Amino acid sequence: MEPVLKVENLTKVFTRRGQPAFTAVDHIGFELYPGECLGLIGESGSGKTTVVNMITRLLDSTEGRILLGGEDITRLSGKGLRRAYREMQMVFQTPADSFDPRCTLGDGIGESLRNNGMSRAETKQEVARLLTECGLTPEFASRYPHQVSGGQCQRAAIARALAVRPRLLICDEATSSLDVTIQQEILALLNDLRRHHGSELSILFICHDIALVQQFCSRVLVLYRGRIVEQGIPDEVICHPQDPYTRRLIESIL
Amino acid sequence: MTAMREPTVRIQKIRKDTVRTRLIIFGALALILLLCSVFCEHLTPYDPYLQDLKNAKAPPSPEHLFGTDRYGRDMLSRVIVGSRTSIFSTLLLVGIVTALGTMVGVFCGWHGKWIDTVLMRISDMFLAFPGLVFAMAVAGVLGGGLQNAIIALVAISWPKYARIARSQTLAQKETPYLNAARLSGSGTWKMIFKHILPNIIGPILVTSMLDIGTMMMELAGLSFLGLGAKPPTAEWGSMMSDARSLLSSVPWVTLAPGFAIFVSVMIFNLLGDTIRDYADPKSRGR
Repeated sequence: MEPVLKVENLTKVFTRRGQPAFTAVDHIGFELYPGECLGLIGESGSGKTTVVNMITRLLDSTEGRILLGGEDITRLSGKGLRRAYREMQMVFQTPADSFDPRCTLGDGIGESLRNNGMSRAETKQEVARLLTECGLTPEFASRYPHQVSGGQCQRAAIARALAVRPRLLICDEATSSLDVTIQQEILALLNDLRRHHGSELSILFICHDIALVQQFCSRVLVLYRGRIVEQGIPDEVICHPQDPYTRRLIESIL
Repeated sequence: MTAMREPTVRIQKIRKDTVRTRLIIFGALALILLLCSVFCEHLTPYDPYLQDLKNAKAPPSPEHLFGTDRYGRDMLSRVIVGSRTSIFSTLLLVGIVTALGTMVGVFCGWHGKWIDTVLMRISDMFLAFPGLVFAMAVAGVLGGGLQNAIIALVAISWPKYARIARSQTLAQKETPYLNAARLSGSGTWKMIFKHILPNIIGPILVTSMLDIGTMMMELAGLSFLGLGAKPPTAEWGSMMSDARSLLSSVPWVTLAPGFAIFVSVMIFNLLGDTIRDYADPKSRGR
């Protein structure tokens, strides 16, 4: 089976004049298959966000290749990149900040649809459908980001990500800024979406909470200082950690 | 407990209301000023350009409220007619400067790299130079006239707006919502016009409102120095300049346009202040 996302040798070196180069991500490689949910865990500063930003091309990589559905997107720009964004979407860490404070949630969700040539009326209908799918009501389309709670805003952010029917959904610490009960609600929503979309939706789930990853992901990568130090099925990794860092990570929770 | 909390709520409500009242008052005053300058021909008691040498240098009286100048022209009429040139050229000037400075600033902030460095060093040079002196030099080279005075003042005033717009753009560029817009497939123009501009325009507009007063004074200053409007055009700055040699014998000819400048600068400054208070996110929507 062809992977949805294939990352080869991905590296990011930050260079600043007068300072030694800092390797944030060091030759990592992994594959994500259709319908799979891959967890990526690691402490702050381990390079999780850098990896995600390189995959979504918000940040240029120093070395390596990113293949989305077999197409090399590592150096795409402009139109080609916009085409790639129809296959790949992201849910951000801070829900309220990921919506323009001067636009309604409906505008934000419908933006990608409008950009892909959908008419205003069709977009409105589709936004209503997406909001309902994500457990909100169509009325939320006319609200502003500061008028909804964090959990509701994150649901709207998921609706926005799903608008273009992407094959790859990246959740960059999508639950981290929410409280525990809302975290569970969002996870339940993501689980529903997985069941509903089947093999058409793969999720890359970035998280620092190993318990959530165990609950949600089918496979997990442990990132430490820019390197993948361990990977496998979450239960395996948790019960029989091989790497000293993974062991420490698990001990710190128990 | 409830009895103690109530006054706090009421105080906040009253404060908010005063800001709105101030906005209405100063907005209305500014509107009156604008209407005055639009319909100035119909408001003048006498023809502002008609000379009446028999009545020259007449002190303020019931017939001539602000007196007459050395050619016997009615000062009140001249001040009223002068409002059109003074106020409209000021508004035009502020409009051009705001648009130009914002454009440069957004471009620099968005594009970055070498072009940002070059344009910002140029703006540093402008900021480091005494503004009015430079404006005099520019107006001197281009020659007198209101149009050239406006060009000169645009040349010295844009860096302030470019700086504000640039720093605001840089701050907006890193926000998650802009990344989200990028992921939604929005192009550069759409991101700038739909997301960046609406979010940065608040502080820029407030600055330009506050600048109306300053610009009016600088324009009057250039006219006073003979680099702005040419006689016999009624313009407040040049009217003051014309009469300055007579200041000790016929003070009203200088004081009348001076008073007009003072009042309009005051109104626009207070309006700018009020708009800033009103636009403050902390007081909005509470």
